Formats: sequence, structure tokens, C-alpha cells
Amino acid sequence: MMEAPLFLRGILVITGKNIRLYYTKPPVLMFGLLFPLFMFFAFFVGRHLDLVTFFPAFLAMMLFFTASSVAPLITPWEKREKTYERLLSYPVTQDSIIMGDVLAGAIFGIGISFIVWIASTAFVPVLITNPGLFILAFILGTLSCAALGTLLASPASDSPPNVMILSNLIRFPLIFISGIFVPLQQMEGLGLALAYCSPLTYMVDLFNAAMTGISVFSPLVDCSVLAGVSVVFILAGRLIQKRNMIKGM
Amino acid sequence: MDAIRADHLKKTFGPVTAVNDVSITVREGEIFGFLGPNGAGKTTTIRLLTGVLTPDVGTVTINGIDIHRHPLEAKMQMGVIPESSTVYGDMTAEQNLQLSGKMYGMPRALREERIIELLSKMGLAEKRRIPVRAFSKGMKQRVSIACAIIHRPKVLFLDEPTSGLDVQSRRLVIDTIRDMNGQGSTIFLTTHNIEEANTLCQTVCIINKGKIVAQESPERLKKMFDTTQSVEVSFDRPVTREMFATEEILRAEQCGDKWRLYTDNPDRALKYLVRRAERESLVITSLTTSGPSLEEAFVQITECA
Repeated sequence: MMEAPLFLRGILVITGKNIRLYYTKPPVLMFGLLFPLFMFFAFFVGRHLDLVTFFPAFLAMMLFFTASSVAPLITPWEKREKTYERLLSYPVTQDSIIMGDVLAGAIFGIGISFIVWIASTAFVPVLITNPGLFILAFILGTLSCAALGTLLASPASDSPPNVMILSNLIRFPLIFISGIFVPLQQMEGLGLALAYCSPLTYMVDLFNAAMTGISVFSPLVDCSVLAGVSVVFILAGRLIQKRNMIKGM
Repeated sequence: MDAIRADHLKKTFGPVTAVNDVSITVREGEIFGFLGPNGAGKTTTIRLLTGVLTPDVGTVTINGIDIHRHPLEAKMQMGVIPESSTVYGDMTAEQNLQLSGKMYGMPRALREERIIELLSKMGLAEKRRIPVRAFSKGMKQRVSIACAIIHRPKVLFLDEPTSGLDVQSRRLVIDTIRDMNGQGSTIFLTTHNIEEANTLCQTVCIINKGKIVAQESPERLKKMFDTTQSVEVSFDRPVTREMFATEEILRAEQCGDKWRLYTDNPDRALKYLVRRAERESLVITSLTTSGPSLEEAFVQITECA
């Protein structure tokens, strides 16, 4: 009975530590803001696309990049700096560390994306047809992306560059197959089949449902998939991290 | 109650058995030394005892709490100083201590008070707001120790705490160990420094090739090997090893300008040395005899095993 409060406290302290140490650095903040913005300009400028239609996808991409950006690096970095073992000797478990990493990524994702959303309202006539669904899209979207980030950290030893390669190898292709630059309605064949496999597709669709009221899947399906993949990513990350615990320590 | 109790611990990494059937009992309030050559399984054992690793077989209890069933409750009882100075380089000494205090759930007022006390004790009060990455190894180790003892743990684990430290930092670490023990903490100390173990520990345990090969008080361990004594001798001019080629001297080691000779019969060895010096027209400039050392016991135990 005494373990549950200790477990929750461990998660919160690790989350605070991660945000302070890894997320509130100027390069991380700048990268979190600038990278999705440049991607947006690269694909939207000069194509005479309707910004209002594509804005939900842009917001989803923003959330995806920010929430999954730093989490893959935390464990390898801590192993390299030898602070991981110290962390494990505190009243925390590996599960608390994983949940702390997920929560920090999720908070960072929501924070940055929220700033972008607020700033964008000055330039784009952003609609929200279902505010409740919009909040849910933010929460489930950021959680699933942060969980993906933690999963990407799992196979690592103590080499952040190796993790970055793996992380980018998986994250970059996802943005091209998830209905961000080409709407799902216009996809067909293999492209559509791949889109169904990407969790980002369901996040884009959920933002579309919340903001424009138009979606391919029902919001219930989107929410279920995002909640499901979050759980799967966390459990898979936990399993792989347990196996690789000693690597790099 | 035993402060630390490990029963039949076994841990394998692939085909390598790092720890094999290790059982350890550390009494409350004791300073327990854990020795072993490199690769003997010391760090794996300490990781099993502190809950960082889970054993394949066996149990560990800290003050009666099973660390693998109730890891958080058990970890609240203890402080750990891992082998390297594991502190966050981007944080200041004060921020590192704040983090540790929060991890142990210390109330803010108590935390602040203890941080001031520890920073002053560790000689870091002036540098409390400097990022730790700018510190020397000794200063980082002091921060690491302060982080581990901020909550006044009942059991303190130290993995090679004085390795590579300067004399001042080493003394500070030793004083802190004695101080914590004086306040009632049980100390589990792994070290390469046999002299440190000899002077600090009430019990010494030796591990070799993943197995416990001896567990006794330092004096009893030395007595187990009291057949061997040593004689340190120096002459007015250099001599070669050939000088000590006699059955009375078991082994000769050159230590600077002196020779350390191991013998099981110091009387006959001394008579031989005096006779030989006279014959070679050598003047003995210093001569000391000493009883069996813990180092000798350690070498013999780990060589035998």
C-alpha cells in the first residue's frame, strides 16, 4: 500500500528533473519550434493550399515532433553520464523512470504546440468544432508520441547519436505516410495501407474531427487507437529497457 | 535485526555467471567491507543488494524489507554512492541535493536545512551555485556522497568511494563514513584499498570469481594466514634479488630503496640477513618486521580460490 504514493512521487520528481535538464534548453526549444515550422513552409508555401484545411495536420505534426524529440535521448544520455544507476538507487523503479520520461515529453509537446496554436490564431482563422475532442486529441496525441519517444530509447546503450539515427529513421517516414501533406481521402493503394499502420494518421484524423468536423474514421476509433498504441509503446519500451538494463551502465 | 541480508544470490549475463550463490549478512550498525579483485563480482553484488539489478535466484532484505518485492520502501531506508561520481553536471551542487531530497520525499524546510548543513560539511558552501561539471573529481564525489546521505539513511552503500581521490577528499569521505556510522547507519563498503578496509571495517568479506571465499573480522582473517610475516630491510648500497635466495625467505619484493621479504620464520630470516650483510660488507640501514597483513590474507585467499 505504501508503494503507490512513493511510485507516483518518483514519476513526478523524474518528470520535473527531465523538463529542467533536457527540455528547457534554448536549442531544444528552438528546434521544437523551428523544425515543424520549416517542414510546414517547405510543403505548403507556393502550393496554394487551404491553410484552414491543413492546419489540424500541421498541429498534429508539431505535437508529434515536439513530444517525441527528446525522450529517445534521455536514457542513453543518463547511461553515458552514469547518472542512470544513481537514479535507480533512489526510491524509484524502472517503470517510474519510463513514466517520468513519457510525462516530460508529453508536457513539452503540449506546451510548445499550445504556444503555436495560440500564435497561429493571429494568422489563420482556426476553427474548433468540438473543444472536448480537441483537448482529448492534444492529450492522447502527445501521450502516444511521447510513448513512441520512450520506446525509441529502449534498445540504446550509452550512445545518443545511435539513438538519434534510429529515431529519425522511424519518425521522418511517418510524417509522409500519415495524411499530413497528402490528405487521407486522396491516398490509395499501398500509401493508404501504410497510413493505416501509422499512429500519426489517427492523431491527424482526430485533430481534423475536432477542428473541422471532417474525419475518415470515427473519433472513437481514433481515440481507441491512440490510447492503445500508447499502452503498447510503453509496455514494449518497458520490456526492452528491462532486457537492456545493464547495457551501457 | 540484520541491516542487510542476502540469501543465495545468483546473477548471470548470458554465459557468464557474475555472482554465484552469494549469501551475506550485515549486522545493524556495522561497517562491512566487501573486497575482491577486478571482475570478481563486487559491483554486480552491490547492484543486486541495492535493487538496481534483479537476481536470477535469491533474496535481499534491507532492514527486513524485501528489496525486490517492496523496492521503494526498501530504497527509502538506504543511500547509495555508485562507483563513479554520478551527479548531474548541468545542475549546481545545491540543485543536485534538492533533487535527491525530493526523491526521498523530504519536506522543503527540512531539505533546505540539511542542504545547508551538508554543503558546509563537504566544503562546498561557497560553490553551491556553480554547475557540478566545473568541479574536480573529488568535489563531484563529495556532492555524490551528500546526495546519498541527505535523508540520513539507515543503510549506506559505497562502491569504491575513495578511488582516484586526492588525500583531502579521501579523508573527508572516510570521516563521513565514520560519522554516519557513529549516528547509527550501517555501512556496506566495497574497496580496493585493503588498508582502508582494515582500519574501517568490523567485518570483511572477500569475493572472487563470483563466490564469497571469506567473511571474517580483519584480525581473524589475518590470523588465518599468520604463518607468513614480513621483514623490510634496506642497505647502504643497492642489492639484487639473488641476495635473498635462501629457503628462509619465501618471497622478496623491491619497494623503492627497500626490500620486503616474506618469511614463515622471521628469526632465521633475520640471522641469515645479518650474516649475509657481513659477508658482502653491506651496512643494514633500516630493518622492520611486521605481522601478517590483511593484504597478504587477501592475496592468499584470492589466489587459492
